[in-house]
Amino acid sequence: MQPQDSKVVIVGAGHGGGLAAAYLRQYDHTGLIVLIGEEPIAPYQRPPLSKAWLKGEADAESLKLKPDSWYAENNVDLRLSTVVSEINRGARTVILSSGEVIGYDHLIIATGARARALPIPGADLNGVLELRTAADAERLKAAIGPGKKLAVIGGGYVGLESAASGRALGAHVMVIERESRLLARVACEVLSSFFQSYHEKQGVAFELGASVEALEGKDGHITGVRLADGRLIECDAALVGVGAVPNEELARDAGLECTNGVVVDLDARTSDPHVFAIGDVTHRPLPLYERNFRLESVPNALDQAKHAASAIMGRAQPAPEAPWFWSDQYDLKLQIAGIPFDADAILVRGDVASAKFAVFHLKGDLVQAVEAVNAPPEFMMGRRLLEHRTPVSREKLADTTISMKEVAV
Amino acid sequence: MAKITYIEHDGTQHVIDVKTGLSVMEGAVKNNIPGIDADCGGACACATCHVYVDAAWKDKTGTPSSMEESMLDFAENVEPTSRLSCQIKVSDELEGLVVRMPESQH
Ligand SMILES: Cc1cc2nc3c(=O)[nH]c(=O)nc-3n(C[C@H](O)[C@H](O)[C@H](O)COP(=O)(O)OP(=O)(O)OC[C@H]3O[C@@H](n4cnc5c(N)ncnc54)[C@H](O)[C@@H]3O)c2cc1C
Ligand code: FES
Repeated sequence: MQPQDSKVVIVGAGHGGGLAAAYLRQYDHTGLIVLIGEEPIAPYQRPPLSKAWLKGEADAESLKLKPDSWYAENNVDLRLSTVVSEINRGARTVILSSGEVIGYDHLIIATGARARALPIPGADLNGVLELRTAADAERLKAAIGPGKKLAVIGGGYVGLESAASGRALGAHVMVIERESRLLARVACEVLSSFFQSYHEKQGVAFELGASVEALEGKDGHITGVRLADGRLIECDAALVGVGAVPNEELARDAGLECTNGVVVDLDARTSDPHVFAIGDVTHRPLPLYERNFRLESVPNALDQAKHAASAIMGRAQPAPEAPWFWSDQYDLKLQIAGIPFDADAILVRGDVASAKFAVFHLKGDLVQAVEAVNAPPEFMMGRRLLEHRTPVSREKLADTTISMKEVAV
Repeated sequence: MAKITYIEHDGTQHVIDVKTGLSVMEGAVKNNIPGIDADCGGACACATCHVYVDAAWKDKTGTPSSMEESMLDFAENVEPTSRLSCQIKVSDELEGLVVRMPESQH
C-alpha cells in the first residue's frame, strides 16, 4: 500500500486533530480519514474563548478551523458527539462507546487536555465553571454581565484573560491564586508583577497566597468562595482555572508509554509505529533544550500535526521550531518564545512602566526564552536568535537605541 | 463577497470567493490553500500569514497598524508590498484582489 492510500483514524476533533486532517490532505494523502470527536461541533480554535469571543468580538463561525462542508468535500468522515472508548493495537482498531469498531492503518491520538478539577466541597454547585470548550465558554459568558461578581480561581493565562474579558463586559472580578504571584508556573516575576498591576488598574482585585477551602452556595447555586483563613469572597459565579491534565487514559490503557502525556518522538510517533499522538496530550522532545516536556499551545499542536502528517506521507519534516505562545489582555499583546530552561540571567529590554518591554532569559550569551509585551521586534528577533542558537551581546540587548537586528555578537 | 486570487510561491493559482467580513487569511485557511499558515488564527502575533499584495491594491487594502508594521519589519522575505493577510478585511471593494505567498512562512 502507498502511504497516500492508508486509512487514518484521528481520535479527538480539536485543534490538533482538525489540523492533522487538513495537513494530510494538503500533502496529497487521498485515503479515508476518520476524525472522531466527543464535542458536538467541528474542530475550532480555543484561544478566542477567553478573549475576542468572550468579549463578543468574534462569532462562533469564525472560530471554526474549516467550514462544515470541508470535511465531506475532502473525504474526511467527521464523527461528532462520538467517544472512542478503547484502542486495540493488536487488531489496529478503535472501539467507540456505541460498540462500533473502526480499523486503521495509522492512528493519531489528539485527545488534548481537560481542565483540572478542584477537589473541594461545593465544586459541583451551579455557577462553578471551567473553560476548555465552546460549551464552557457559553456558560461563562452567560454568567458575566454588567455588575455580576466573578471569582476566578487560578491566576494563569486562562484565568487572567477571562478576568480581562469579564472587566470589558462590566463584571466585578476577583482573582484568587494559591501562589504568592500570578502566572507562577509559566512566566517570570517581572511579568507577574507587571500583569498584576495592569489588571489592578483595570479594576481587578487579587487575593494571592490564598488557598480555597470550599465553594459555598444556596439552593444549589454558588454564592461565595471560602478561603482557608475563614474569609468568604462573595460571587455569582466562579471560574476554576487551575491548569489542565492530559487525556492520556486511552493511550495508557492501550499499553502506550505515558509520563505526564503520551511519549512521542520528533515524528510525533508513540512507542507503537502505527500510532501517533499530537498536541496537549503529548510529552515530546524539545531538541533545543535537550529534554522532554508537555506543552499546551496552538503552535505546538500545529507543529506536531505537521510532524505526524509528514511521517505518514514519508515527507521530509519541516525545520524544528522553538515553542511559542501568545496571550491578549486589554491592549496588551504578550508573545513568548522558548522556555527559560537552564537560564542563568534575566535581562529586561525596554520600559516596564510604559507597557512596552521584553524579558530575555539568557544562558551565557544564548537566548533561552523571551517574553515580550507589546514588543513584536523583540519577540520576532528573539525567537530567531534562539532557534538559530545565535550568541547575543548583553550590552547591546539591554540598549533600546540598538535595533534588535544588531544585537547578535 | 470578493473574488481573490491567491498565488503560491511555485505559481499555483487559487481563485476563491471570500465572504465580506472575513480576512484575506481566513479566505485561504478555510479553503485549505497551502502557503498561509496563520499559526495564531489572526491575532497578529505570528506573522505566518504573510503575503505580497499587488501594488495596484495598496490603497484599497488599507494601512497596516503599527503592530502589524513592526511584526513585518522582522519577518523573513519582506518586501515593500508585504502585509499580514489576517489584518486585511474583505469587502466588495477587494473584488479581483491578487495576493502572492512567500517561499516559506517560517
Ligand atoms: C480558553 C483557552 C485559551 C487558550 N489560549 C491560547 C492561546 O492564546 N495561545 C495558544 O497557543 N494556546 C491557547 N490555548 C491552548 C490551545 O487551545 C490548546 O493547546 C490546543 O487546543 C490543543 O489542541 P489539541 O488538539 O491537543 O487539544 P484540544 O483542542 O483540546 O482537542 C482535543 C479534543 O479531543 C476530544 N476528545 C478527548 N478524548 C476523546 C475521546 N476519547 N473520544 C473522542 N474525542 C475525544 C476532546 O473533546 C477535544 O475536542 C488556549 C486554551 C483554552 C482552553
Ligand atoms: S495569522 Fe498570525 S499574524 Fe496573521
